[in-house]
Amino acid sequence: MSAVAKTNSESLLVVNNIEVIYDHVILVLKGVSLEVMKGGVVALLGANGAGKSTTLKAISNLLGAERGDVTKGTITFKGEDVHSLTPNELVRRGVIQVMEGRHCFEHLTVEENLLTGAYTRKDGRKGISDDLELVYQYFPRLKERRTSQAGYTSGGEQQMLAVGRALMARPTVILLDEPSMGLAPQLVEEIFEIVKRLNEAEGVTFLLAEQNTTMALRYANYGYILENGRVVMDGEAADLAENEDVKEFYLGVSGGGRRSFRNVKAYRRRKRWLS
Amino acid sequence: MAFDIFLLEVILSGLMTGVMYALVALGFVLIFKASGIFNFAQGVMALFAALALYDFLAEDGWFFAVFGFTLPVWLAIPATIVVMIVLAWVIERTVLRFLVKQNEIILFMATIGLAFVLEGLGDLLFGSDVKPLDIGIPQGASDWLLDSFNLYIEQLEIFAAGTAAVLVAILAIFFQRTRIGRALRAVADDHQAALSVGVSLDKIWVIVWSVSGIVALVAGIMWGSKSGVQFSLSLIALKALPVLILGGFTSVPGAIVGGLIIGVGEKLAEVYIGPIVGGAIENWFAYMLALVFLLFRPQGLFGERIIERV
Repeated sequence: MSAVAKTNSESLLVVNNIEVIYDHVILVLKGVSLEVMKGGVVALLGANGAGKSTTLKAISNLLGAERGDVTKGTITFKGEDVHSLTPNELVRRGVIQVMEGRHCFEHLTVEENLLTGAYTRKDGRKGISDDLELVYQYFPRLKERRTSQAGYTSGGEQQMLAVGRALMARPTVILLDEPSMGLAPQLVEEIFEIVKRLNEAEGVTFLLAEQNTTMALRYANYGYILENGRVVMDGEAADLAENEDVKEFYLGVSGGGRRSFRNVKAYRRRKRWLS
Repeated sequence: MAFDIFLLEVILSGLMTGVMYALVALGFVLIFKASGIFNFAQGVMALFAALALYDFLAEDGWFFAVFGFTLPVWLAIPATIVVMIVLAWVIERTVLRFLVKQNEIILFMATIGLAFVLEGLGDLLFGSDVKPLDIGIPQGASDWLLDSFNLYIEQLEIFAAGTAAVLVAILAIFFQRTRIGRALRAVADDHQAALSVGVSLDKIWVIVWSVSGIVALVAGIMWGSKSGVQFSLSLIALKALPVLILGGFTSVPGAIVGGLIIGVGEKLAEVYIGPIVGGAIENWFAYMLALVFLLFRPQGLFGERIIERV
């Protein structure tokens, strides 16, 4: 897929035509390609089961633990092939995933959770405690709850904790999976605001998988739409948000009343099946 | 008055035996917490550690045959610790690594296999005769307690209790205060999340099996000094089971308290209920107690509460 819009910034993460098979038989990704520019916020959109999470896990290589396997294609980070690296090595290089459903360490305190995020770091206590303060600046609520067990914090706090924990690894790119899941709209907005601030102030690049298309397109600068394990559309977030088909199928707002089946077929034709 | 002294003696000796059970149970808890594996080979690991230690110390061992001298105790113990760490590494490399993604029951089966392999290896390397293990722990009753309080307590058991206390303190510091300890607890909570923040599971497993091997060594030393190093040593693992059910599979303090309750309960039952039912209930009383606990508090006294937010 060479047609990806090239901006003048350098590309950080390139996924080229990957195929993912679970359990040796279930074909989940049928050739996904995408590109994340340095300093960008890229949204990966699509319905349930479209392959968003799998794409992220293929990049962070958490697939192995779920018996998934990248069987075709390449994944490069900063120009190097990273497809066979362990999650541990990827975190060291600056690629970290915040998993869907938060996955905090329930029996550890909030602060211990954050410190675990710094597990791979070798730059000593000073750097880690500085970053702890930084995370508390972005998430003052975590500071208030630093000594409580993570399992007893609210869903929003857990999502913040998961993002904060990833930050503690000093990542270049955060793969953020479904940050809005199960959260009140106001909280979703709060989380996205923080993502934006982190992106602007700390220079962290984000690749986020999201079902909440409206919110994701508002904060991202580029978007990919996945359907059935394929990228069917991509473009600048602003363009996607204005696209009639995206509005119809993903934003749930149609321009003028019900559309006829003919138009649906036209949409189908416009989608790029082979990427 | 004489009766009270007797009761006290029974309770104290029960507590001391309990400490010995707790030492074995501790090894189980460590591995179960970090990997969800019930390590059936824990008892055999204690036996193996005791055998290895004996080998470094005795003149009829391999070590003497190869190098022509034996090690002093203060060197033999670190040497055995190294053996246990190597063992943990080999187990991770040859068994666990290939089963990571499998069901827990499959891992459990693997540890049963491991128990037999280790047992055979121990037999093959060190022979199956009973070996007296003497690392200079004082034997016999404590004269001081006997003279001043008229109490009969084995010195070895007091020593074991002291060692266990130190061991637990060290483990607590390790788990609460160190980076690796925190990672171990993180892995125990959520494998996947630990993986996602860059904790390498292979490494963690080697560490946890090593720690558990060292605990097994301590248990092996105590039981070996008490009744000689022999195959039956591996069977104390079965006594650790009711301890775990009582204390909870995931709790270090639980293993200790569970051990103590089983130790005391067993002795009291033997003395006070035993005569009514014809004696020898010490052997099965612990299992009865465990059964009752399973009915009323299946997660054990200190088992991790399942956090459920509403």
